[in-house]
Amino acid sequence: MSNLNLTLKIWRQRNANDSGKLVTYKVNNISTHASFLEMLDILNEDLVKKGEDPVAFAHDCREGICGSCGCYINGRAHGPEGGTATCQLHMRKFKDGDTITVEPWRAKAFPVIKDLVVDRSALDRILQKGGYVSVNTGAAPDANEILVPKPVADEAFTGAACIGCGACVAACPNASAMLFTAAKISQLALLPQGKPERYRRVEDMIAQMEDEGFGNCTNVGACSLECPKQIGQNHIARLNREYILAKTFNPPKSNEVEVI
Amino acid sequence: MLDAKIPNGNLQDKWKNHSFNVKLVNPANKRKLDVIVVGTGLAGASAAASLAELGYNVHAFCFHDSARRAHSVAAQGGINAAKNYKNEADSVYRLFYDTIKGGDFRAREGNVYRLAEVSVKIIDQSVAQGVPFAREYGGLLDNRSFGGAQVSRTFYARGQTGQQLLYGAVSALNRQVDAGKVKLYTRHEMLDLVVIDGVARGIVTRDLVSGEIKSHAAHAVILATGGYGNVFYLSTNAKGSNTTAIWRAHKKGAYFANPCFTQIHPTCIPASGEYQSKLTLMSESLRNDGRVWVPKKVGDKRNPLDIPEEERDYFLERKYPSFGNLVPRDIAARNIKEVCDEGRGVGPTGQASYLDFAESIARLGEDQVSARYGNLFEMYEKITGENPYKTPMRIYPAVHYTMGGLWVDYNLQTTIPGLYAAGEANFSDHGANRLGASALMQGLADGYFVLPVTIGDYLSTLGFAKVDGNHPAFKQAEDEVKARINQLINIKGTKTPDELHRALGKIMWDKVGMARTADGLKQAIAEMKQLKEEFWKDLKVSGTGEELNEQLEKAGRTADFIELGILMAEDALHRNESCGGHFRLEYQTEEGEARRDDENFMYVAAWEYQGENQAEKLNKENLVFESVKPSQRSYK
Repeated sequence: MSNLNLTLKIWRQRNANDSGKLVTYKVNNISTHASFLEMLDILNEDLVKKGEDPVAFAHDCREGICGSCGCYINGRAHGPEGGTATCQLHMRKFKDGDTITVEPWRAKAFPVIKDLVVDRSALDRILQKGGYVSVNTGAAPDANEILVPKPVADEAFTGAACIGCGACVAACPNASAMLFTAAKISQLALLPQGKPERYRRVEDMIAQMEDEGFGNCTNVGACSLECPKQIGQNHIARLNREYILAKTFNPPKSNEVEVI
Repeated sequence: MLDAKIPNGNLQDKWKNHSFNVKLVNPANKRKLDVIVVGTGLAGASAAASLAELGYNVHAFCFHDSARRAHSVAAQGGINAAKNYKNEADSVYRLFYDTIKGGDFRAREGNVYRLAEVSVKIIDQSVAQGVPFAREYGGLLDNRSFGGAQVSRTFYARGQTGQQLLYGAVSALNRQVDAGKVKLYTRHEMLDLVVIDGVARGIVTRDLVSGEIKSHAAHAVILATGGYGNVFYLSTNAKGSNTTAIWRAHKKGAYFANPCFTQIHPTCIPASGEYQSKLTLMSESLRNDGRVWVPKKVGDKRNPLDIPEEERDYFLERKYPSFGNLVPRDIAARNIKEVCDEGRGVGPTGQASYLDFAESIARLGEDQVSARYGNLFEMYEKITGENPYKTPMRIYPAVHYTMGGLWVDYNLQTTIPGLYAAGEANFSDHGANRLGASALMQGLADGYFVLPVTIGDYLSTLGFAKVDGNHPAFKQAEDEVKARINQLINIKGTKTPDELHRALGKIMWDKVGMARTADGLKQAIAEMKQLKEEFWKDLKVSGTGEELNEQLEKAGRTADFIELGILMAEDALHRNESCGGHFRLEYQTEEGEARRDDENFMYVAAWEYQGENQAEKLNKENLVFESVKPSQRSYK
């Protein structure tokens, strides 16, 4: 395959207070085997050499698992390929002469720090409100005393696989964090370990999600479509069920009972 | 001679007795004590959470935007534990034995036995947190086998075991953040250690967004900042993984142990071009069902599917019939390099071997293979554009893990009192080679179960007065950090940090990589010294220190990597033997296996910093083997 000459339109914004704008750059002779971020590396090396400010973008593991990276590429979260984080997108998905528009995640709850880097700490604050099982180190029973049917463990895994990249929020027209929040609630609601705290968890995490300024879920489904880990809408359904149960039966917080 | 403070008594009783003998801190007094934990990977997150649960005030730092992104997240294959759920005669002793042997008799018996002992509790803890490990239909935990062992003791969560274990540890950490017992500082990079009267008292950090330089005081400091594989530029580590925290601590007096012990992982996706920014690992678990081969003929460029069985060389199965494709990593990596050096490598660069699943797919069906390795196959296809269900994977070794690290005693304390190192940042448990699925085990063992016991012993001796953050040593350390940042920015030369880092990586890979020689190492040292000069003369960093500036971050890390690279080469040069991941061409058996020299090198080499551009001083900790008799490793 021949190499690519491309036009990039990249969002440049010095900091949260700057208004920001798209700036056009040319990159030439990009191998189709290079990753999208390697293409940006090449651009940045060039910019630094020319004495210009390189483009800030978040990245770390570059193998689709740390969840650091993420930008809007040609109007899609993580770019044109489904089930892929930005770092796993390769240039063979583009054609010679293409113009590629690159923007940061856009959501009120994700203020821009610089260029393509946004502040996603709101997601962590949701998890800190109950995205855990209260078990101190050393207090656990033998692992095989907790039986988990394989289909349940597998389904819990699909929620647990969330890498916290924020693509779901960016893809949502309401900038809702419903899929992110649901992934954790669903994982722990499915597993016996998570059941004792399930009602408190769902109420507290949703309250935090709302406080952070994320929008409401209107069942658009763009989140699942753009999720690099392909986390499904079934988790949102499970979150809703957990929430309704918690609210309907209003179980006492200190002595939660298995309702269903 | 260094004293590792290994408790007396039988191997089996050491940790039990030690746990009983340590001094305790009264629960009411724990809240008067501050502990800094740097790094939020498996070791850091588990330590921070567990110490906070005990009642200490924990200050946790990471350079990522979220604790969950630490590079432990990328570990694929699994975690070992001596549960013997498979009725295969596994035991704590067998896991201990396999780990000591896998480490080529360069690890401490006492530490490794403890590791094997607490391994079972790690699985219990993680399951209780809701980590969704693979299960059997009856609801029990599933296991698989891994390199260097003949039992199935590896617990896993598809190919994302590190991710799931990390999220478990981070969930425990988050719980303590919510409880107010952990103050978490994200986007903060540690740039120096504060030592007062020979004792660790705090750290200096840079806020990566605002650029603010600040010091933080505490009664003890734990470094859980991971390994230094990125000294090779290309490795399976994340781009941000770096040596700065442990290297700064080293320059402040912490000895650096066995820096040359580097693990080259045999199964990574080969590099495709100059722009290559990192290498991606294909989990060792793939060797359970994948067969490693190259053509028998030199220069055979046929499509692999057109090469008949009898013209293929399944060289690991041929040379090591009892372990086959599951030989330890160092042996597999070296053999792959060898066949490529013979001109039998495959793919466009000739620097690769096949990892072939055709037979497993025929035996198990594509569905079963996909259930085991689906995400890895997908990852491979995304990166290479090739479908491994149809055509064999191409793999080549890449730097993956560093067994060396800060020297620690049995308590995980470095040579600076009050400074501890955990996980990959220390050198303690893997000897000269780490077995697969043992890194996760060690990180969590250190954080959940070892440090909470041992650090109390130290803290109980300090009294409960707050550490005075106004001591001039803090201001001085801050000023030094600021001066260095200014220096980096003001060189205004022509070479970017990545260019210089790549140059370092090339020297390291060519001469301090899989096969080392005295001549090559000497050349490498000279070249790296020259590179260091060039760095400080010709570096170009864009932007300022008062903003998010990745170029500046990279520059500081590269400067430290260059100095570490020199020490690694010095260590490799002084160790006139081959062992585990350290292979000196001059020291091999007639069959091409590593030839250890137990008479002269059965020790830990712990290097002591002597000042800028001075040769470091070698200190030794003799290794004593009471339970296992060192022998030449054989996996035939």
